Amino acid sequence: MGSQQFESFLLANGLRVIVQPMAAVQSAALTLMLPGGSIYDEPGKFGTGAILAEMIPRGAGKFSARELSSEMDNLGLQRGVSGGVGYITISAATTADRLIDAIPLISTMLLKPHLAEDQFEPARELVHQGLNALEDEPKQRLGYFLRGCSYAAPWSNPAEGILEDIEAINLDDIKRHHQSLILPNEAVLGIAGNVDVAVIKDALNSAFGDWQQGELPELKTGGMDASPKHVQHDSTQTHIGIAWETVPYRHDRYFEAWATVSLLSGGMSSRLFTEVREKRGLCYAISASINTQRDQARVFGYAGTTNERAQETLDVMVAEIRRVHERITEAELQRCKARAKSTLIMQQESTMSRSSSLARDTLHLGRVMPMEELRSRIDALTVDQVREFAIEFAPKKMVLVTIGPEQLDPTSVSGDSVAI
Amino acid sequence: MQFYQHTLTNGLKIIAELNPSVYSVAAGFFVRTGSRDETADVSGVSHFLEHMAFKGNEKYSADDVNRIFDEIGANYNASTGEEVTMYYAAVLPEYLDTTLELLSVLMLPSLGQEDFDMEKNVILEEIGMYDDQPSFTAYDNIMATHFANHPLGQSILGTKESITALTAEQMRAYHADRYKAGNIILAVTGNTDFDELIKIVEKHCSNIPAGNCQRALPEVVAEPRLQLVTRDSSVQQHIMQMASAPKGTDDLRFAAELLSVVVGDDSGSRLFWDMVDPGFVDSAELSYNEYDGAGTWMTYLSCAPEDVETNLKRMQSVFDEVNRDGVTEEELEQAKNKVASRIVLRGERPMGRLSSLGGNWVYRKEYCSVADDLQTVRAVSLNDINALLKQFPVTMTTTVGVGPRETLSAE
Repeated sequence: MGSQQFESFLLANGLRVIVQPMAAVQSAALTLMLPGGSIYDEPGKFGTGAILAEMIPRGAGKFSARELSSEMDNLGLQRGVSGGVGYITISAATTADRLIDAIPLISTMLLKPHLAEDQFEPARELVHQGLNALEDEPKQRLGYFLRGCSYAAPWSNPAEGILEDIEAINLDDIKRHHQSLILPNEAVLGIAGNVDVAVIKDALNSAFGDWQQGELPELKTGGMDASPKHVQHDSTQTHIGIAWETVPYRHDRYFEAWATVSLLSGGMSSRLFTEVREKRGLCYAISASINTQRDQARVFGYAGTTNERAQETLDVMVAEIRRVHERITEAELQRCKARAKSTLIMQQESTMSRSSSLARDTLHLGRVMPMEELRSRIDALTVDQVREFAIEFAPKKMVLVTIGPEQLDPTSVSGDSVAI
Repeated sequence: MQFYQHTLTNGLKIIAELNPSVYSVAAGFFVRTGSRDETADVSGVSHFLEHMAFKGNEKYSADDVNRIFDEIGANYNASTGEEVTMYYAAVLPEYLDTTLELLSVLMLPSLGQEDFDMEKNVILEEIGMYDDQPSFTAYDNIMATHFANHPLGQSILGTKESITALTAEQMRAYHADRYKAGNIILAVTGNTDFDELIKIVEKHCSNIPAGNCQRALPEVVAEPRLQLVTRDSSVQQHIMQMASAPKGTDDLRFAAELLSVVVGDDSGSRLFWDMVDPGFVDSAELSYNEYDGAGTWMTYLSCAPEDVETNLKRMQSVFDEVNRDGVTEEELEQAKNKVASRIVLRGERPMGRLSSLGGNWVYRKEYCSVADDLQTVRAVSLNDINALLKQFPVTMTTTVGVGPRETLSAE
């Protein structure tokens, strides 16, 4: 496995760029992360970021929506513009020789979108349709409610918006959003693939040189929804969501947090899978993973189970979570490490994956963590370290959200029944 | 990249596409069996068996199998379809031996009663999970309706009733019948040495019993059919439609793939511009699917329940126009650019090549490199598209709806 070489630089307008040349591949990918996620949606107008993301590709510069789409399709450009919680993300990939040609199209799309009157209604309607579709996906809906009970506003703002607010949003809101949030000095661009750094630099300066800096509006912290929360739904399964606080990616002890969650849910020999699914047959889908923002993070746990068994599933899940510090073996920790290292190395085969990591690392850490460093931090983890972390950061009270025909008894997630 | 092939004495076929400049190696067993090969009394057995394969043999327990896969940092999974059951893993090259040992354990599991009884619960949970997804219910139903009285219409998961009634003996009999070396392909992609690979495969896979399997390939009789499944708890209406299209050995399949991109890709297609872009629907797509001895056009539509008829009319007029006038040179060129890009990007990872490698052999006993696929795509002409439309017009025969609607008004 060769070591990576990447180059970081700043455009004059403050745009942070990281380029990782990869000689063994044919493709190249870029990930551009911009402020404009739902954390900037105003109360009463949740969905503004989502509509902006939907409108960006709908005509820009001298291109109509169809022309822009054709140009990109003819470059074989696989692409997406998606509104998230923290960021709007533009991702694109094609063969390396054509990515250079795609750059000016992407910059035009981003910096000179038409945001036209006749495109607004369709875009809003599409976001509306997406929200309706979500109503039929209980597992994803659960994520929305779980965030609402786990994060204070605006970090609980749903990326897709909410049905109640969609009609209240107008085109001026979208334009204002674009004007005030799409700023180069707050954005990051990661590029990975068979590219030449000098050529990329030139293309970027040319394409993004006119992008003006600015200052982001301040965010005001608000309230959080109460837990436990039950959402009535006539479904065959009860969907269970649990959440508790942990440390974000940029924290010194992140890898211990990661290892703790990995013990719970890192593979088919992990504790939740073994105890809830393998040994008791209580569910098909069960998992736990870290959701990290820049300055805060939660562990989100999920299980889907038939209604009659939901209480048992919840209680067994919580028991395993509370017991995670117990009987951690060297072998168990080795398995977590093996999976992580495998993933790290195999990620090197995907330009899309690499470009995304370059951007996200920079946003969270202010730099890209080289693979060697990542590997050694994982290797350095000891059983004692992980156990101490699991004890120190053990959840007392956990958030509980359920979607299904019947509420569950939340005793196990309350802070009372803990014995460490 | 270099292609190799070899057959073991028991008839197990090994095919490999190797590349020393990637970081991983991926291996998969492609068993030519699925829901279409089941009888009604064992509906769902192929999929349940796929789960049971991970429960180990005399040497390795279920815990051992899970643990060892995790020890080698494997990225692994399995899937069951109408015609193929796949078991695959991607690992760092130094773990190939252990990986093949584990994969071969999956081919010859004990299928013990205790594991069987416990895993039955998990299967029932999985059925429950899909039950809550109206788009999945639509898929299950469109296949059953379009392929009524045909093996391809048989449910992959089975039903609560058929799974509850299934016995371990029935599963063992099915396994003995279908998991024969002549019915299995081992496909390997990525960074390894072929001679080393053969030694490892001989070591671990020689005890897979020899033998071949039959498969009935009756003709599909496509009659106009409509079925509605009422789900009051669903907010959207989900509609799927189906029609006959080229089968898996038909040369027209490349034209079919490209036509489905022009007409119904999830972005930049005719359906996209006419229906998604203006915000009339959440989804409106057309895809082409190939099977053994059959092929389908399949549409998916999701929209507000009150807009179904209007949207079906919109889809119909898109299809009428294509059937009548074909597509333009620009549209075809654009579709080729999109598909070519997908082929290249997917082909960069061994995991990305594995299903193509295995699939091509299972369906056609053929090897196609990335370069071959790109050439074939580029070679499709408007004449091919017109020949395709003449033989397999985009005219839906079967319609299934899942959602609040109890009836659909006629045209």
